[in-house]
Amino acid sequence: MRLVAHNMLQCHVKGCNSNNFPLQLSNVEIEIQETDFNPMFLRNILPKLEWNALVKTALQINITTLPNVLPDTSTDDLDDEFLKMLHRVLLETHIQQGKMICPNCNHVYAIKDGIPNMLLNENET
Amino acid sequence: MSRPEHKAPPEIFYNEEEARKYTSNSRIQSVQAEMSLRALELLNLPEDETCFLLDIGCGSGLSGEILDEEGHIWIGLDISPSMLQIALDREIEGDLFLQDVGQGMGFRPGTFDGAISISALQWLCNADQQSHNPKARLVRFFSTLYASLRRGARAVFQFYPENDDQCELIMNAAMRCGFEGGLVVDYPNSKKAKKYYLCLFAGQIPGGQKQQIPQALGEGEEEPTDVIYSNQRFEKRKQRKSVKNRDWVLHKKEVARTRGKKDVPSDSKYTGRKRRPKF
Ligand SMILES: C[S@@+](CC[C@H](N)C(=O)[O-])C[C@H]1O[C@@H](n2cnc3c(N)ncnc32)[C@H](O)[C@@H]1O
Ligand SMILES: [Zn+2]
Repeated sequence: MRLVAHNMLQCHVKGCNSNNFPLQLSNVEIEIQETDFNPMFLRNILPKLEWNALVKTALQINITTLPNVLPDTSTDDLDDEFLKMLHRVLLETHIQQGKMICPNCNHVYAIKDGIPNMLLNENET
Repeated sequence: MSRPEHKAPPEIFYNEEEARKYTSNSRIQSVQAEMSLRALELLNLPEDETCFLLDIGCGSGLSGEILDEEGHIWIGLDISPSMLQIALDREIEGDLFLQDVGQGMGFRPGTFDGAISISALQWLCNADQQSHNPKARLVRFFSTLYASLRRGARAVFQFYPENDDQCELIMNAAMRCGFEGGLVVDYPNSKKAKKYYLCLFAGQIPGGQKQQIPQALGEGEEEPTDVIYSNQRFEKRKQRKSVKNRDWVLHKKEVARTRGKKDVPSDSKYTGRKRRPKF
């Protein structure tokens, strides 16, 4: 799972509707998988990101390249260096193994071979 | 014809062997590709944009592959571990989630620019466990899907409805959750080529034109002419298939540049290569 997906994901246990984002990473294994740089996609996704959550999550896995405050996305001239750094974090950083834990209900979503297990128990649906 | 969804729950039906057989069957490959392209066309995405899409019941990636080829970034959800394992082996680009979409999903509001689902929706109408209530599962599914879509975004489902009641059950659930839209039936008079696409709008595009249910293909024809249905569309697909090679990427970049696009990545020795170094 790439970090861009993690940034979009909140707990979906029924009734768990607040404080359910971001899911906390625990015991994770990270892998970098390179892919073509696509500035157009980054511009599309930037306004949808929860920046604070991204910074916090990145720090948990020792990525310190993100600025604390998101540069102004309304202007078109985000520089290439920034976008390339963002590309590396969002689209090339994969969580391969480990767990994600809901900060609200403590549900544990296990990640195996890069695939998070989002299945719920019957009493959670 | 016996329906697979009557035989066993999806995660059991699509076991290792069936998942392998399904994915390696060349007829299935081309039918799924064809329907995925059609679904993508019905999504009506802004031209030349890289979108963030969802593939519901993505299986081994036959449908998601088309999203890759068209240059989109996507997340795929599936309940069958065996299908997902094959998707991993085939190194498709999308993020994969092991998920029962009847339990709903947890994407933040407005995450996706569109969603497709190819040959999966009919599975949701079954009660595979005693606790399963298809209607409640459909409502949970559609309501969480609606929330995850950008306002005005579309969700297009190619599916195999069992009968009119099932269509109605699905439509009612979708409308109850706020979706607009309806059914597009391509080649309605052809036994072989007839295909159902449920085309849903998550509201209207702010400031945009009111969305209309798209026109079906081949209405009034007995059988699709080869040209429209297989040849031409299949040829297109074959061209697209080369996306993973370097020449194709270089070509596409060149086209983008001549169209005057900025931001086209510069060519390097890595262009068009599959790269997965570890650190
Ligand atoms: C015929 S396959 C299609 C796969 C892929 N979309 C394609 O075009 O090849 C149907 C898929 O739907 C999945 N499916 C069925 N019920 C599901 C559910 N409740 N949640 C998620 N996936 C489901 C199955 O596991 C299977 O992989
Ligand atoms: Zn929770």
